[in-house]
Amino acid sequence: MTTIAPAHDERSTNATVLELDNVVKEYAGAPPVRALDGVDLTVAAGELVAVVGPSGSGKSTLLNIVGALDRPSGGTARIAGADVGALSDRRLSSLRARRIGFVFQQFHLLDGLSAVDNVATALLYRGVPRGERRARAVDALERVGLGHRLRHRPSTLSGGERQRVAIARAVVGEPAIVLADEPTGNLDTHTGDEVLGLLRELNEAGSTIMVITHDRGIAASMPRCVAIRDGRIELDDAPLVTA
Amino acid sequence: MTAVAIAPSRLRLADVPGVGSLGLRSRRGRTLLTALGIAVGIAAMVAVIGISASSRADLLAELDELGTNLLQVEAGQSMFGESSELPTTAPAMIRRIGPVESAAATRNVGVNVRRTDQIDDAVTGGISVVATEPELLETIGGSLAVGRFLDDALAQVPTVVLGSEAAARLGIGSLDGDPLVWLGERWFSVVGILDPVPLAPDIDRSALIGYPVAQELFGIDDAPSTVRVRTDPEKVEAVRTVLAATANPQGPSEVNVTRPSDALQARAAADEALTALLLGLGGVALLVGGIGIANVLVISVLERRTEIGIRRALGATRRHIRLQFLVEAVLLAAGGGVGGVALGAAVTAGYAASRDWTVAVPMVALGGGVGVALAVGALAGLYPAARAARLAPADAVRPA
Ligand SMILES: Nc1ncnc2c1ncn2[C@@H]1O[C@H](COP(=O)(O)OP(=O)(O)OP(=O)(O)O)[C@@H](O)[C@H]1O
Ligand SMILES: [Mg+2]
Repeated sequence: MTTIAPAHDERSTNATVLELDNVVKEYAGAPPVRALDGVDLTVAAGELVAVVGPSGSGKSTLLNIVGALDRPSGGTARIAGADVGALSDRRLSSLRARRIGFVFQQFHLLDGLSAVDNVATALLYRGVPRGERRARAVDALERVGLGHRLRHRPSTLSGGERQRVAIARAVVGEPAIVLADEPTGNLDTHTGDEVLGLLRELNEAGSTIMVITHDRGIAASMPRCVAIRDGRIELDDAPLVTA
Repeated sequence: MTAVAIAPSRLRLADVPGVGSLGLRSRRGRTLLTALGIAVGIAAMVAVIGISASSRADLLAELDELGTNLLQVEAGQSMFGESSELPTTAPAMIRRIGPVESAAATRNVGVNVRRTDQIDDAVTGGISVVATEPELLETIGGSLAVGRFLDDALAQVPTVVLGSEAAARLGIGSLDGDPLVWLGERWFSVVGILDPVPLAPDIDRSALIGYPVAQELFGIDDAPSTVRVRTDPEKVEAVRTVLAATANPQGPSEVNVTRPSDALQARAAADEALTALLLGLGGVALLVGGIGIANVLVISVLERRTEIGIRRALGATRRHIRLQFLVEAVLLAAGGGVGGVALGAAVTAGYAASRDWTVAVPMVALGGGVGVALAVGALAGLYPAARAARLAPADAVRPA
């Protein structure tokens, strides 16, 4: 296993990273869809949380609000101390730039850029100078075991490698929380397990991580599991299936 | 939990070109074709401006060389509509005007000139036989291709100087073998051939003989049909106002005074009108190029929904996204503009070379070409950039 950077100060204390209080999200339409229906959830620094639920239960909607990509229609959502509902689009952007790391099911890398440059882009909108961006991106890629694929374009990487690049991009800025939406959804079981193992290692090294999955087996193997159904929290902190 | 101040998103100026050109670099073929649209428009405009400027510069240089101080006095029509004549004294009177540097009279003799006496009388070849004075050459600013002009001695004997066009029609290219022509039922020896005279095209089509010999052999009277006058360049207008009265004090209204260089000036002005029209056409081409950029970028925004979502997720603000697409449009147009200016200048140089003109592409056309391209790019980029910035980040990262 490669070495993992030590936790930074925010994680060493048991600070609250995430605090949802009666969060409601409604999508307009006829009839309107209530994707989140009164969600209460608190995540402390250093946690590894799985959010599990069937398709359409509201997992991605929850992640969008936690990731400051969207605002709740009701209730309050605080991320790293900032009230998402009260922030302007510009401030939400800065929250994403400096406090949140994303990992998507479809990897979502930029095709025109090498692995290093993809990872470095996570620091682009923080105004970090190019040289430093690159250096930190190389570090992050080495941490996820891709030190030998720095110059490769995403199209020349395997699915597992692409997801590792995406994970490196999510952690390179040492965000308050890493959000992964179905990170193994496009990978075979073996590669998926490797990616989950990597997330666990990063968590052990101090990263706060929330993983969304519809796989109960994966959820059950996580330290904490939150089950969601029809936009409500059904169960929290209790594995549904015995591993 | 205390609310913490979070430093705003920030994109360094040094990173803007890289971000703005990424889309162009990763879609080379499309970039090239789109830039070509702008390049063609700019090239058309630069070439139009360049070619017309070169042509005008050439015309003005020619005018400069010929001078605009040549005036032409002709017998006009009398009050009763009959063609009148200038008085015999006209040339002498005109020479007496202070600022007149030289003056020369001509008169159509009314006989034909042919290569030999074997050719039918009716075939004139469009050549006029004109009696003139030795001063004509200097006055019209003419020069000899070969031989010499009439002087006081040659004007007494059957000798002829041919205008360039007249010599060509008679098939006489040189004085080798002392050519003769059959002029008014007499043999005349050719002593000189003129170069073309831009300010007196009628002389090009004339066979010039001396007044004395014309009087002696063909019985013409002294009264000239035309007097050409070269004046002090500063006093052209002053001379012009008194010429008619000086030439024919009895009937100044029966005298026409013209300035042959006006025709050349009119040509330069006509070129300007044509230039404006062609420039308009170039503008249409440019507009089409601009719409092409806008169109390609709108499609690009649709295709790159995910990229926009990723950038937003990584912390880009709406402004950063808008800037990225605007810079992309401007870079695209700038590339097209620089290419177009180069192409337009090359076309101008090629055309000018084929016409033996000196190339005169105004700097404003070169700078303006790139400037116009930039403006078109910025304008074309506004709408696609606004659309890209409007995308909601949550929608943009969701799988389609
Ligand atoms: N932008 C939207 N507009 C309208 N309805 C939406 C929108 N996004 C999500 N929904 C609806 O909200 C509900 C929850 O969707 P969400 O994507 O959060 O589910 P999910 O748990 O992530 O499902 P999956 O496991 O299939 O990804 C669904 O009924 C969905 O149709
Ligand atoms: Mg989902």
